[in-house]
Amino acid sequence: MLGEGILQGLAETAKNFAGSFVSKERLTTVQYPEERIAPIENTRDFPILIYDGNDPMAGLRCVACQICEKECPPKCIYIVKSTDKKPDFVGKMQIYPTRFDIDISVCMSCQICVEVCPFEAIKMDTEFELSTTDRFGGLLYDREQLSKSNEHYHKIHPTEAAEVDARLAEEKAKAETKAKAAAEAAAAKAAAAAAAPPTPAAAPVAKVAPAKEPGA
Amino acid sequence: MSLSSQFDQIFVLLQHWIEGFFPQSLQPAVGAVVAVVAIVATFPAIFAVTTVLERKGLGRIQNRLGPNRVGPLGILQPVADGIKSLTKEDIVPRSADAVVHFLAPVVLVVAIFLGYAVLPVGRNMVLMNMDAGLLFFFAIGASTELSIFMAGWSSRNKYSLLGALRAVAQMISYEVPLLLSSVVAVMITGSLSTVKIVEAQSGFTGIFPHWYVFTPWGFAGFVLFVIAALAETNRSPFDLPEGESELVAGYFTEYSGFKFALFFLGEYLGMFSIAGFAITLFLGGWGAPFSFLGFVPSWAWFFFKLLAAIVFFIWLRGTLPRLRQDQLMNFAWKFMLPMTLLNILVAGAWRFLGEGWSRWVICSLVLLCAYVLLGRILMRHQRLGPRSYRYAE
Amino acid sequence: MTATDLKSYRPPVIELSEEGDELLEVAMGPHHPSTHGVFRMDVALDGERVVRLKPVFGYLHRNHEKIAETTSYLASMPYTDRLDYFCSLTNNWAYAIAVEKLAGMEVPERAQYIRVITAELTRIQNHASAIGFLLQEMGASGTPLMYAFREREKILDLFEALTGSRMMCNYMRFGGCRVELPKGWLEQVSKIVDGLPEFIDETEALLTGNEILMARTQGVGILKPDLAVNAGVTGPMLRATGVNYDIRKVDHYGIYDRFKFRVPLGDHGDIYDRYMIRILEMRESIEILKQAIKDIPAGPIMDPKSKIRGFRPKAGEAYGRIEAPKGELGFYLISDGSPNPYRYRVRPPSLINLTVLEDMCLGRNVADVVLIFGSVDIVLGEVDR
Repeated sequence: MLGEGILQGLAETAKNFAGSFVSKERLTTVQYPEERIAPIENTRDFPILIYDGNDPMAGLRCVACQICEKECPPKCIYIVKSTDKKPDFVGKMQIYPTRFDIDISVCMSCQICVEVCPFEAIKMDTEFELSTTDRFGGLLYDREQLSKSNEHYHKIHPTEAAEVDARLAEEKAKAETKAKAAAEAAAAKAAAAAAAPPTPAAAPVAKVAPAKEPGA
Repeated sequence: MSLSSQFDQIFVLLQHWIEGFFPQSLQPAVGAVVAVVAIVATFPAIFAVTTVLERKGLGRIQNRLGPNRVGPLGILQPVADGIKSLTKEDIVPRSADAVVHFLAPVVLVVAIFLGYAVLPVGRNMVLMNMDAGLLFFFAIGASTELSIFMAGWSSRNKYSLLGALRAVAQMISYEVPLLLSSVVAVMITGSLSTVKIVEAQSGFTGIFPHWYVFTPWGFAGFVLFVIAALAETNRSPFDLPEGESELVAGYFTEYSGFKFALFFLGEYLGMFSIAGFAITLFLGGWGAPFSFLGFVPSWAWFFFKLLAAIVFFIWLRGTLPRLRQDQLMNFAWKFMLPMTLLNILVAGAWRFLGEGWSRWVICSLVLLCAYVLLGRILMRHQRLGPRSYRYAE
Repeated sequence: MTATDLKSYRPPVIELSEEGDELLEVAMGPHHPSTHGVFRMDVALDGERVVRLKPVFGYLHRNHEKIAETTSYLASMPYTDRLDYFCSLTNNWAYAIAVEKLAGMEVPERAQYIRVITAELTRIQNHASAIGFLLQEMGASGTPLMYAFREREKILDLFEALTGSRMMCNYMRFGGCRVELPKGWLEQVSKIVDGLPEFIDETEALLTGNEILMARTQGVGILKPDLAVNAGVTGPMLRATGVNYDIRKVDHYGIYDRFKFRVPLGDHGDIYDRYMIRILEMRESIEILKQAIKDIPAGPIMDPKSKIRGFRPKAGEAYGRIEAPKGELGFYLISDGSPNPYRYRVRPPSLINLTVLEDMCLGRNVADVVLIFGSVDIVLGEVDR
């Protein structure tokens, strides 16, 4: 009969109207500034640089290899390599970025930089309230603004950070054993060459306490 | 005078009290001014409440909250909207006819306000108890088309023009069923006066009132009147003249700021007045729905009913998609018109069949059969109907 | 229509009502409420009847194909998200299939299942919002759209939990998927999938029987099957004309031959059929999802051969295609052995389905044009690329 479907539709909207007062399922709106949904662990927004220890500039894991700069699809990363070197977390001497800029207004949050980084140095943040009144400078983040501590990383992506830490620890252990083996070999070699007193190990064993940031 | 009837007449007494300050010769004029001021203040206030009610209601229908930021629960939203529309820049297109462009919203609001003159909002509460009140209302209602066409034509915008042409076609077409569907009430009452029509429905059988909507012809007339009223006020599902998805905003595409607000106001005032007339004609006007509720003031009943009508309009808007122009016309001339004409015949039969249950059965059957048949023919003629689908494995 | 007929095929010429009548030329768009973004239809109207319709696009052209030819294979993956931004996961899959064909990679079982689950979820949310937008254009005041978005939010939350982003997922990689499913994700999916039939029933109760919807959609915007096939129309639009062509069934890509599902077909090819086909396809997708959630095995999610840095497929060409929610989405790649594709071409369903717009619209009303356009279900990001 003409009008049946219309009445059915009216019943459906009436059901939804009444339902929105009683059922949470039917009224899913979150009143944003006052209420917030629980953060989702995998969420990604914009890249950050991870540092170990307390000094952001000295502990930066980034070695300015520029892979992320090359792979970045919208080309929003700008890196300037340093001329000098500083030891990284395994103690190997590495160059570091004197400039590391990301233009957040260009970045498309694709996470490619995170994937290609061999040093676990760049990760995705979950901070999304980044609005600013300065269109140009305010959205161009430099090294200081980008660097976040490993603890922060643990807080926003606990599972992923734990995996990363385990992997780094493994690498570090491998580097240590390698260094030890190298030192022993060197010592043995030295001992064999001349019965001179053994020299101390050449390579630093653990992470050297960062002295001061050159060029900062 | 008892307390409840004093309360019922509170506004009338107030009017007389104000009149008392003036000399005898001026009193009728002062009384009229007071009444006009009351109408001009009340209905825009209802409009303000309705906008927020509509947005919140639609929001709830759509599982949203609706406006809830301005004031407690968002009830001050109309104030914010008002300030916004007042402070907005008033843009007139360079090639528009500036005078007509300016006049159109004014004409609309004035014409619609005139219609309230014959609307009884309570016992003894009508601005002008005209003998031909209903006729006056329809005559005034017809002039709103002029303002809409003025707006569409003077804007010099193709969407506005299309919207205006649609509006004129639609409103003229639906005026016929609107008028004819109200004829039944006039026939039974024997008067065109809105006050007399309400009084004719004020009796009770047991606890139930003698509203026309509780008779077969009255029910059919009411439904037809409401459908035509929806089309007449450009409300969903007949909101083609301003069909947002097709014509941007129809005839008021080129209006901004306060003129836009006036159009908005005019549209809602039109809706209230036509709903008020549906109440007057078929829902017993200011009469109580049950005999034991007579102590509630008459004007309260009128506004309760008006509120219910507004809620129903909002509900429809939240549910129904829009018709197309040719379907709208088809519906007007091929369904509404035959049904209203038949309804007039049925009302006549009701009058002459005499008391008894036989007239109930005959009238209901005739109307029901006609409705089902006409509906079937319409649907079949356009090959509409549910379909079944096949599947490929 | 045979091939020779097609050569002489011209769209029907609409007779004007009176000789020498002036036509009203209206530019619908690029700023129009229902053009789904920036799209323009230059419409010549006789009264409200469409006599001529010229689609104008390119307002959203972003040089996608050329950019892809100048960056590495991996760096194009996030750009594919932005083609059809409603269904980034299926776009990812189509591109991944093309590259996997090119590089000869195998996708592990578990990754295949994850791909099916994400793709079917994408299909459901796309169809739901397509119906919502269609009804919005019909003037239903946004109610069906809001119901659709309510369900879509739940699915997008799932996407965020899995991929980190709600719409720009960038999840699939050549030879698998980027990350393992988070804990409890599959349970969440099955919970939401169990709730979806209720939503579809609700939408159907609200709309399917509605006389106004029937009057507006039945017999409007009819697309003939032979024209659809000749124009290369795919997806729900083609199936609404009654042509049984679903790439999931035809190509057996991924692991779709393991699932039992049916392909709904329409008989009229009008808007109502397109609407109903989408509803029925959502129901079939729910069946696929239930089977996939039940059967998903444990195991690796990446092909061990795949590498992220220094990926250079050997010289050659490949065309990978899938049944995206809107139709056949294909990526054609030519490799010359360098890290960048030599040629990168997208076959977007939205653009090709749009080519029949004028044929469907001629002689109809302005109101119908908007509806027909909505029923094609396009995303301008994919049309203009």
